[in-house]
Amino acid sequence: MVHKYDAVVVGAGGAGLMAGLNLSAHGRVAVISKLYPTRSHTGTAQGGIGAALGNHEEDHWEWHMFDTIKGGDYLADQDAVEILCREAIETVYELEHWGLPFSRTEDGRIAQRPFGGHTKEFGKGPVRRSCYAADRTGHMILQTLYQQCTKNQVHFFNEYHLLDLLVSEGRCAGVVAYCIATGELHVFHAKAVLDATGGCGRMFRVTSNAHSLTGDGMAVALRAGLPLEDMEFFQFHPTGIYKMGILLSEAARGEGGILRNRTGERFMERYAPTLLDLAPRDMVSRAMYREIRDGKGIDGKNYLHLDLTHLSAEVHDKKLPDVTDFVRTYLGIEPKKEPVPVQPTAHYAMGGIPTDTDGRVIIDEQNTPLHGFYAAGESACVSVHGANRLGTNSLVDILVYGRRGARHAATYMKENDWAPSPANPEDRAKALIACLMAGSGKERAAQIRDALQDEMMEKASVFRDAKSLTAMKEKLVELRERFAQVKIEDRGSKYNTEVLEVVELENLLDLAEALVESALGREESRGAHSREDFPKRDDINWLKHTLAYKTPQGIAFKFKPVTITKFQPKERKY
Amino acid sequence: MKVTLKIRRFNPEKSPQPWWGEYPIEAEPTDRLLDALNYVKWHIDGTLTYRRSCAHGICGSDAMLINGANTLACKVLLQNLGSKITVEPMRGFRVIKDLLVDMDAFFEKFRKVKPYLITHTPEPEKERLQTIEDRETFEDTTKCILCGACTTSCPSFWANEDYVGPAAIVNAHRFIFDSRDEGGDERLEILGAADGVWRCRTIFNCVEACPREINITRAIGEVKKALLFRRF
Repeated sequence: MVHKYDAVVVGAGGAGLMAGLNLSAHGRVAVISKLYPTRSHTGTAQGGIGAALGNHEEDHWEWHMFDTIKGGDYLADQDAVEILCREAIETVYELEHWGLPFSRTEDGRIAQRPFGGHTKEFGKGPVRRSCYAADRTGHMILQTLYQQCTKNQVHFFNEYHLLDLLVSEGRCAGVVAYCIATGELHVFHAKAVLDATGGCGRMFRVTSNAHSLTGDGMAVALRAGLPLEDMEFFQFHPTGIYKMGILLSEAARGEGGILRNRTGERFMERYAPTLLDLAPRDMVSRAMYREIRDGKGIDGKNYLHLDLTHLSAEVHDKKLPDVTDFVRTYLGIEPKKEPVPVQPTAHYAMGGIPTDTDGRVIIDEQNTPLHGFYAAGESACVSVHGANRLGTNSLVDILVYGRRGARHAATYMKENDWAPSPANPEDRAKALIACLMAGSGKERAAQIRDALQDEMMEKASVFRDAKSLTAMKEKLVELRERFAQVKIEDRGSKYNTEVLEVVELENLLDLAEALVESALGREESRGAHSREDFPKRDDINWLKHTLAYKTPQGIAFKFKPVTITKFQPKERKY
Repeated sequence: MKVTLKIRRFNPEKSPQPWWGEYPIEAEPTDRLLDALNYVKWHIDGTLTYRRSCAHGICGSDAMLINGANTLACKVLLQNLGSKITVEPMRGFRVIKDLLVDMDAFFEKFRKVKPYLITHTPEPEKERLQTIEDRETFEDTTKCILCGACTTSCPSFWANEDYVGPAAIVNAHRFIFDSRDEGGDERLEILGAADGVWRCRTIFNCVEACPREINITRAIGEVKKALLFRRF
């Protein structure tokens, strides 16, 4: 089936809904998502959205900008960060005007709490910048955006899985998606496409990410010949529930929670004397790995304690109700009385599809746009997070850049005609599905995925070196060979979730390759990319963005300079 | 531990009749039921079909009938379910395949109650003010994840599928009692109609079923009171 739209948004989390909402007033727009929109992973964000409202104490967007750049170890593009931090403020007010039920201060304003890496006066101590609704801020954002989409009658295609990107005459011409309910392929011929498909944390064993976070948009772009930027930077959040990876918000530490090792020591005093437990996530996760390596994990095992026992019952019940609920449900522990076992959990891809500050996807180091193609949110890399994202900034990013991408796309679709649809646009997608469905191999996708997740965790997570990354590269070749033998048991066309899990696995394999090769190439340590064989940051050789391309000969690279405006790179201490 | 999952299976492409599948598996007592379903799908029978995403009780994808009670498969641990676990799709929605049901009518009812802030007064430059107490009056109903567990546990809904159902009322309540909202009358008119709140017989199944522990019956009661005392 062929549809013709002015614009198509792929993904219905925060970035996709924001884009859909902003685009729909300007033409015929469809939002397609492999889930029902309210199932999107934005809903699981907990602690808050960063904006220098100054509702409790003095704050300025310039301070927010500095913290974001320093937090990202000076790899972020500073023009993009300035836009992020300036527009964060109006964005939070816009959400409030749309009805988002923020928690409130005594005088009725939006409540704000401290968060990792957010400081006053350029690093002098924590500041209350995270605007929150208990510890359900992402849920409230997702619900509020979906409510506004309902009000404005945004047109959704629920449970459509992205399979291919259409490009013709050097312009984006639309996408091909698989209708999960029927198994039919749908061609969406569009002037503009905005990708908002989210992250790819499911390539790691321990992750906070939903099962659905398989990097579909990134992988489709990579296979279409587009580059992925800075894929070597993957954030591990310090406080995942031991073994399960379920996120316990940084708000738990923002409200006073303390990380302790087996001796009960508050070990962050040794690693970040000023910000302590509220140091940026990359530093806290590395500190935790070091404690565990030094035998200071609880009972000598690979976890530590998040101590919330000293917090008041009101903080547990009113400010951290979901964290409290998760600990009780999944660990059978009462967090008011016992410390909580935690370990770092794969959380966020700083890298993604490269864009400019209008959300336009760029294809090279000269910032050449692919006309008609936009990206925003975790699947994009604009780059505002640099080498490590600060907590609360992903929610800012999805909204600010979801809207900016949509605004540019709205103008673009008014001023341009459709790029011609390629001949037989669904052919590649059809061949992909047919090939998988015909597969009579012996390999179970789950076993390949298990191996991928275990190996990535061991060889390419918080610490890496040339040896581990080279071994991972070889492992990926082996997994790819096994993938060629994958079998499918469900030959049906209705809700064949098995075949889609195999499509998702292939996406993860492609993205793991881009991540590992990019990490192997970058011979320095910066932000979340920590090379034990190159432990220092190297601004002379590596103050630049990686652009990774998939070619028949393997991954090829180009490098793009970092935009530096207000803040020169300095040593990063907290 | 050894557990046996007894799963209600249905695949109209293969057979018009539903059937029961039994799957003995080895699992950890602290595994979620969703982990056990995944184990079956990934290692025993790839055709087993259900929705899932976040796996920790927030996205609302995997509500189902587990040992006769509605809950989220990702929010219940095997150690709390015994060694033989019965898993069925939610009741009252059309079953499409195995544990996966048609949610379109459910979302249609959500849309019917105007689940968005309605205001007529101009927006201030900054935030609208709201006291902590005013914010608290609708806190409970902001937690809804639209999973469907409440509506499909409701005998009044089973008896009359046109009943707007507890989930839609929860989402109307969230706005009716928001001090910033000015659309209460419009929503009360919808909820006061034949298929609205008066279909609720205060059976409390919805309260038991809600994985977010929303006191739904109380919320419905508050909407009924608003209809009686604030009415037009």
